[in-house]
Amino acid sequence: MAGLHKSDIPNPVLNWIDSRLPIITMMQKEYGVFPTPRNFNYFWNFGALAMVTLIILILTGIFLAMSYQPNTTLAFDSVQHIMRDVNYGWLIRYVHQNGASMFFIVTYIHIFRGMYYGSYKAPRELLWILGVVILLLMMATAFMGYVLPWGQMSYWGATVITNLFSAFPGVGKYIVTLLWGGFSVDQPTLNRFYSLHYLLPFVLVGVVFLHVAALHIVGSNNPLGIEPRGPQDTLPFHPYYTAKDSVGVCVFLIVWAAFVFFAPNMLGDPNNFVEANPLQTPADIVPEWYFLPYYAVLRSVPNKLLGVLMMFGSLLVLLVLPWLDTSRVRSARFRPTYRWLILVWVLSFVVLGICGAHKPEGIWVILSRIAALYYFAHFLVIMPILGKLERPLPLPESITQAVTGRPLESH
Amino acid sequence: MRTPRFLFAPMRTFFALMVAAALAITGLLAPPASAQDVPTPPNENWSFDGIFGTPDLAAAQRGFQVYSEVCSTCHAIHQMHFRDLTGLGFNDAQVKAIASTFTVPQGLDDSGQPKEGPGMPANQFRSPFPNEKAARAAMNGAYPPDLSLIINAREGGANYVYGILTGYADAPTGFTMQDAMNYNRYFPGHQIAMPQPLQDGKVTYTDGTPNTVDQMARDVATFLYWTSNPETTERKQMGIRVILFLVLLTGVTYAVKRKIWSDVH
Repeated sequence: MAGLHKSDIPNPVLNWIDSRLPIITMMQKEYGVFPTPRNFNYFWNFGALAMVTLIILILTGIFLAMSYQPNTTLAFDSVQHIMRDVNYGWLIRYVHQNGASMFFIVTYIHIFRGMYYGSYKAPRELLWILGVVILLLMMATAFMGYVLPWGQMSYWGATVITNLFSAFPGVGKYIVTLLWGGFSVDQPTLNRFYSLHYLLPFVLVGVVFLHVAALHIVGSNNPLGIEPRGPQDTLPFHPYYTAKDSVGVCVFLIVWAAFVFFAPNMLGDPNNFVEANPLQTPADIVPEWYFLPYYAVLRSVPNKLLGVLMMFGSLLVLLVLPWLDTSRVRSARFRPTYRWLILVWVLSFVVLGICGAHKPEGIWVILSRIAALYYFAHFLVIMPILGKLERPLPLPESITQAVTGRPLESH
Repeated sequence: MRTPRFLFAPMRTFFALMVAAALAITGLLAPPASAQDVPTPPNENWSFDGIFGTPDLAAAQRGFQVYSEVCSTCHAIHQMHFRDLTGLGFNDAQVKAIASTFTVPQGLDDSGQPKEGPGMPANQFRSPFPNEKAARAAMNGAYPPDLSLIINAREGGANYVYGILTGYADAPTGFTMQDAMNYNRYFPGHQIAMPQPLQDGKVTYTDGTPNTVDQMARDVATFLYWTSNPETTERKQMGIRVILFLVLLTGVTYAVKRKIWSDVH
């Protein structure tokens, strides 16, 4: 019996299983007693919220796929069939449709938290990079999912975005043909997007698993950005953070439910209630709100290839963020200048989003150029230099000292 | 677990910025990008507005009458089946009777020819034209859109439809009209192919409601809101229960969290 894991589980059946496949021991170690810094604020809820969202999206998606028809002549009506004839089809679809927006809201806040508290810095670089991969996969999945209802914005959005690849010299048009499966967005495009929209979420689950696995090797960052010095600085994940995450999940579900039940189409575009028509271009082709900042970066550059490169660059720059930031201090709490500049960066992201919703003319072009300039300068110029110049505030000795060494506030 | 208050200042600023940004987005997104030739529709009160609002079924039934007697000559609602009319408050016998007054395609007869007959509850509403080309040929090149989803498919929703139906007027002096087009205050570009469909007294309501253009437009917009969103009543009633439950659950969960954390603080 040398190969058996020595399990402490008293229940004989569970013990038998755990001795052969120690998943119970693993869950106990990773989610039960897992030592977690004691000083998380509610920003640390958002990873769990993203996980909950992903699970709900996959479950609702499986049921939608049972009634959806990936065929250009049937897709639009099959979505209405789900909305009208399938039992609680409207509920499943509205949860899924708004779930995509919720996933992005939650993930954007999760990313902001990582940037504000320096969660990407050593030894968490790979954890961060896996997170950026998750963001890219999410975007691809969301983009292809938006094409499936085969409304006007589905069709024209797909046409505009896939056409971006034609900017690459030489290979561009071959990439576009490959994406389309033909010479325009049509049946083969819809079929392959449907296939990939079903596949990618499971790839996402895989990368999320790696993201969490990497987290459990290096441990969580915390609002002070200093490592725990011992057991007094940490709490077991359960029940402390299971309880705290549950509060966040409940509040989050209220927000999600408010959209689903009372404003299900608020974040959508009226044009997508018109079936796709290749002969009629809508007046404005606008992507979903979560893509608007990148769309604005694209349109702020007069040259198409350069615009496309900038757009992809605005995401890919995140991959090297751990090396662009030269400061030794993680948390922006102790970086008197950076903690304002990171908020300016958020502002530039929001301004880009607003610009992306408007036609690129007049003031919107100027605004989007200023915002795009700051977006990139923040990463490529300010962060490397500021890390050297800035004089950080003194760091606390330990988490416990910071938490208990000062007057307690009521929680 | 608290650090001094001054350290939280950036967080407070962040939230203030986010609120400001949200307000800015709402303000800036509201008018469409090409605001100059897209008129703002009127802003009416609707039975289905707000969290508790559900479509006024009496109005929607009258609107169904307007649709059947006027709009259906040119406009389809092909997403709808006669059986869906139970959602307007008709009982099964009434739905059966209504369906039987419509002639609908019924597949092929024994000799392979297309067959027609009185509608059954399971049948779809019949489209007035066999296809888009036939519609354009009959309609001087214009294509009357399907109205099943029209409220959701137009910026402004029911206000837009109401605006179009009540927005016919003489073209202002100096405004050049194309042939066979009609001036409308609320149609983008102000030139609409559809002649004014409603005139006072066009339909006769059985419940004694005055049959003014305004009333008929209001009723048919309510009916079309329902065809666009037939689940509205069920959705909002469920939503109120779900939110109340979640608020309660949040309270309980927060109490549990406080209890668990009480030995840490």
